[in-house]
Amino acid sequence: MWEHFPHQADIGIKATADSLSRAYEEAALALTAIITEPQKVEAIESVKIECSGENEELLLVNWLSSVIYEMDVRKMLFSKFNVKIDPAPSVNSNSNIRRCGVEKLRLSAVVWGEKINQNKHFPAVEPKAVTYNQLSVKNENGKWTVQCVIDV
Amino acid sequence: MAKPELKQISEYCWQIEPFGKMHVPGIIFADRTLINDIDEKTMSQICNVAALPGIVKASFAMPDAHMGYGFCIGGVAAFDPDDGGVISGGGVGFDIACGVRTFHTGLTEDQITSVKEKLAEAMFRDIPAGVGSTGNITLTSDAINNMLAGGAVWAVEKGFGTKEDLDFIEEGGCAKDAIPAKVSPQAKKRQQEQMGTLGSGNHYLEIQKVIDIYDAQIAEAFGLKKGDIMVSIHCGSRGLGHQIGTDYLREMASQAAQYGIELPDRELASVPVNSPLGQDYLGAMRSGINCALANRQILTVLVRKVFSKIFPNTNLKMLYDVSHNTAKMEEHKVNGKSKNLLIHRKGATRSYGPGSSDLPACYKAFGQPVLIGGTMGTSSYILAGTSESESLAFSSACHGAGRSMSRTQATKQWQGSQIVRQLAERKIIIKSRSMRGLAEEAPDAYKNVSAVVEATANAGLAKKVAKLLPLICVKG
Repeated sequence: MWEHFPHQADIGIKATADSLSRAYEEAALALTAIITEPQKVEAIESVKIECSGENEELLLVNWLSSVIYEMDVRKMLFSKFNVKIDPAPSVNSNSNIRRCGVEKLRLSAVVWGEKINQNKHFPAVEPKAVTYNQLSVKNENGKWTVQCVIDV
Repeated sequence: MAKPELKQISEYCWQIEPFGKMHVPGIIFADRTLINDIDEKTMSQICNVAALPGIVKASFAMPDAHMGYGFCIGGVAAFDPDDGGVISGGGVGFDIACGVRTFHTGLTEDQITSVKEKLAEAMFRDIPAGVGSTGNITLTSDAINNMLAGGAVWAVEKGFGTKEDLDFIEEGGCAKDAIPAKVSPQAKKRQQEQMGTLGSGNHYLEIQKVIDIYDAQIAEAFGLKKGDIMVSIHCGSRGLGHQIGTDYLREMASQAAQYGIELPDRELASVPVNSPLGQDYLGAMRSGINCALANRQILTVLVRKVFSKIFPNTNLKMLYDVSHNTAKMEEHKVNGKSKNLLIHRKGATRSYGPGSSDLPACYKAFGQPVLIGGTMGTSSYILAGTSESESLAFSSACHGAGRSMSRTQATKQWQGSQIVRQLAERKIIIKSRSMRGLAEEAPDAYKNVSAVVEATANAGLAKKVAKLLPLICVKG
């Protein structure tokens, strides 16, 4: 489940799921939804993405930054995401207090989508970058909620 | 944080006294209505900047100030490198050297009325804009490095425009001491096919008409007459700048602690100007400035081509090109002494007064043109830098209207087609590939640009010269 939340200049994205990797997948879908309706994007071509981060918050920034990078250089939009995080954070971990330090969380993903077609996707606005503004990753009662603001 | 208490210094200047970790006060230029509109989040961003090491004089906010990341948009701050002063990626933003370039067409409205639709169509067709658009130039890795080192000077050498154009760009069209090697391969890859593209969001290409002249003498020096048709481009450093911002913000956030810099907000990520990372960022960010300047130079040539097809004898002559997301080393007077300071302008325009050595000879007696972009339904303004702007805010002025409403809220309130219709009734042609994009950019989602300009002028930051009304707007 994902949603957009208001920011005076840009757009906030928020996603909730049963696992952190699912929440990251939903957040990426929210990113696509900044540009166009995700259901308009066919999952035709796949791209592999790998990144890492010192904690769940920085991993979220690096993950979404990687998706923006792939969209930009490949001129693609993505609508299907399969994220795997290694080592998987435990259900009880709370990013607000836990810091992995040098031990990094690694993410590997396969994402599917298609080339941008201005006459099909009518892209509204291009995400420039992921910001640290209102960045948070929370785990409450087994539900992961991730959020940040995207500069457009 | 609650909204801090404001002390009124003058009719158009307000001060937040230093409290907590603030080294200097916060100073906001605004009239009473605009100051009431600045929310507590923006205020706390102004205060957070005031707490950064080596800040000089104050953390300033222009009349168009609104919430950004780390720095507010409309934020200006000077740092003294010799006093532990910092450089902040958040103080420049992701769209490095986003700016406005305006040129004269030598035409009047009568001459374009009969071909207005044709002109709008041609610009929409021939100027790459919007998400996923690519330019007609693909750069090799050597060419990218040369472009990043040379900016608009490189573009002119490659046949894009004339040497005369360079006189009317800040720093002669090239940020010195750019270090392309400090720009990541990813950032360069993002730019490979994006030269000569407009981008999206609030970026635009507009045909405008001069509808008012406020200062006849300066207007004459700038070559402006009532009824003149002008062209303005608003865009920045595209994917390359966004990636430089992403790369260095990440690095600065992780290195800040080792320099004893406490970050109240991760987006304020800063390191000392004189640290290895600070110098690397300066080299990369200046490359980003050059990318934006080269991009606007290439776009200029594309616009000239469109005009020459419809008006074979036109000569589109530059008025000026000024960036509003930068950090620049500049000499300023502090307590009577000249100092080299790093001035961050995040959504703020430099506004050098008369006599500045950076100005072309024909403007030297009048001050630097300050180009203020409006929205697609409201006016843009041309101002001139003042001498007093230096002592007020290190020669800075506002940059645009500034948003007052979020994009999410704007799409709930308006439909793109409705905006196109309403503007058509006012004889403004809008071209865009996305109706939702237009709703997000609805003129009423912005602050009143006229009030922002009025406050800027009344505060003494810049002088009003001319008002321009959009006739055609191509949105990215």
